[in-house]
Amino acid sequence: MATASGGARFEFASDQSLLVYFDELKETGRAESGLPQGEKSRAQARPLQSQIALQANEKVRKLLRLLEMDPIAGVRNVHPAYCSLLVKFDGLRLRHDEVEAVLRRYLERLEEIKLPEPRLVEIPVCYGGEFGPDLAEVCAIHGMRPARVVELHASAEYLVYFLGFVPGFAYLGELPEALVTPRLAVPRRRVPAGSVGIAGNQTGVYPFATPGGWRLIGRTPVAMFRDERAGFSLLAIGDRVRFAPISAERFGELEKEWA
Amino acid sequence: MGVIQVQEPGLFTTVQDLGREGFGAMGVSASGAADAVSLRLGNRMVGNREGAAGLEMTLLGGTITFLERALLALTGSDFGAALDGKPVELWSSFESKAEQTLRLGPTRTGARCYLCVQGGIAVELFLGSASTHILSGLGGHEGRALRKGDALKIGAEGGAIHERRLTARALKELQPRKVLRVTEGPQSDWFPESARRLFYESRYRVAEESNRMGIRLEGAIVPVLSGGEMISEGVSLGAIQVPEGGKPIILFVEQQTTGGYPKIANVISADLHSLGQLRPRDEIRFERVNWETARALLREQEDLMASEDLISG
Repeated sequence: MATASGGARFEFASDQSLLVYFDELKETGRAESGLPQGEKSRAQARPLQSQIALQANEKVRKLLRLLEMDPIAGVRNVHPAYCSLLVKFDGLRLRHDEVEAVLRRYLERLEEIKLPEPRLVEIPVCYGGEFGPDLAEVCAIHGMRPARVVELHASAEYLVYFLGFVPGFAYLGELPEALVTPRLAVPRRRVPAGSVGIAGNQTGVYPFATPGGWRLIGRTPVAMFRDERAGFSLLAIGDRVRFAPISAERFGELEKEWA
Repeated sequence: MGVIQVQEPGLFTTVQDLGREGFGAMGVSASGAADAVSLRLGNRMVGNREGAAGLEMTLLGGTITFLERALLALTGSDFGAALDGKPVELWSSFESKAEQTLRLGPTRTGARCYLCVQGGIAVELFLGSASTHILSGLGGHEGRALRKGDALKIGAEGGAIHERRLTARALKELQPRKVLRVTEGPQSDWFPESARRLFYESRYRVAEESNRMGIRLEGAIVPVLSGGEMISEGVSLGAIQVPEGGKPIILFVEQQTTGGYPKIANVISADLHSLGQLRPRDEIRFERVNWETARALLREQEDLMASEDLISG
């Protein structure tokens, strides 16, 4: 059920949704399959493949923007991700081929879409200790001192590729090469809200206490997802993010402010 | 404005409506009633709009007192309800006088029973919906399942008191299914033909740890062709993903919005309500249908929901 169009590929997802993929270089959407075992695990640690993911994600953001500016009647929801957009529609009003036809016309207009200037959001993080229970292991894996891990993590400016998993969870990339770390073999049943984790070449903040397999190196006192008055999600797709190291005292102060 | 007093909450009782669509870009899934058909019908029986908020009870119902006269309907699974000791029927509206108490017990049939009240349950909306999203603690009544001592307000909207019941034909046609019809998933071709055959020929058992986020299945292990890990992408309601280990999971109403496991199939829209009535240890199997059939079955179900002879006065 896959068809290609101007660098995009369409695939039926359910009887009321379809996927638009911009990863034309990987025909099946499969991440580095058919590699020898060692190569494969290395590839799996890097879900983002730099330039490919960046270019594809820009198209995702442009299509999302176009759909916000010019909504399609009968489309109910969209779920953006790294290189794809899931489009959910009312199956009583629209068929897949109709949605696809409209989206193809939208894709022809992608070039003219200007994305807004990215916001730069700074997120304060208290690294290590009880807030970053995996920092020591991350240090051990890379043969680094904690201060170096913190310095590296806080040195980069990250792109919000998309929000997914749970409300307000931003997938940030890319982590400095030296910090690329596989996720935990066994996920935690409960990761505290505000935990800052790394997995492969991604990093992110858990907005709520949820199960999770990312390695935790710190915690932020800032609420990632709040009520209506605060505009819900702290981060939006396309934002730029920096992490700023703070002390445990400052964490306590900020926590009171955000409570 | 009427008030509902929760004497006993039951196992897991939440406020639900038909959910919130349109916030996928923020990572917010739709949530909403696990068996939307039952909630919609319950609302119609008490003269509400279909999407009004009601109570979704899971496996074991609670005990609830109505401080004022109220028109009620129970739909979905039979929890052996009684009003001040007198059994009440499912799929039919009935009146509670002031200070009467509705007591529900353990399920006798499916997994979820809905209590609809004329006027609907009034809670502050979160992103346009009254639905409780448990994982994030947002929406519904304080973002959580009900507790003993909670008091819920009943909304003002709704018509005159007028008793109605679901017709036998409608009840039969909307009966939850154990053979779930599915369409191909976006990564169906990641699974060898033998794995797909196994998936469609096997019976699966609903695991204990299933919830509104996902229905975990036990049974034949489904081998994935290679790799097994993919780039995260948006996932739809009813998607059947197969993680490493090969135990399928059906993504449900409080689903994650994106995921990185291949999806072998997707439950068709007309059968989603049946998922809401699955209990741990229930046995199910999957039947593949084409896109035309899936569309036609949804149309058929909605035509039935819209038909004049669905509910008798």
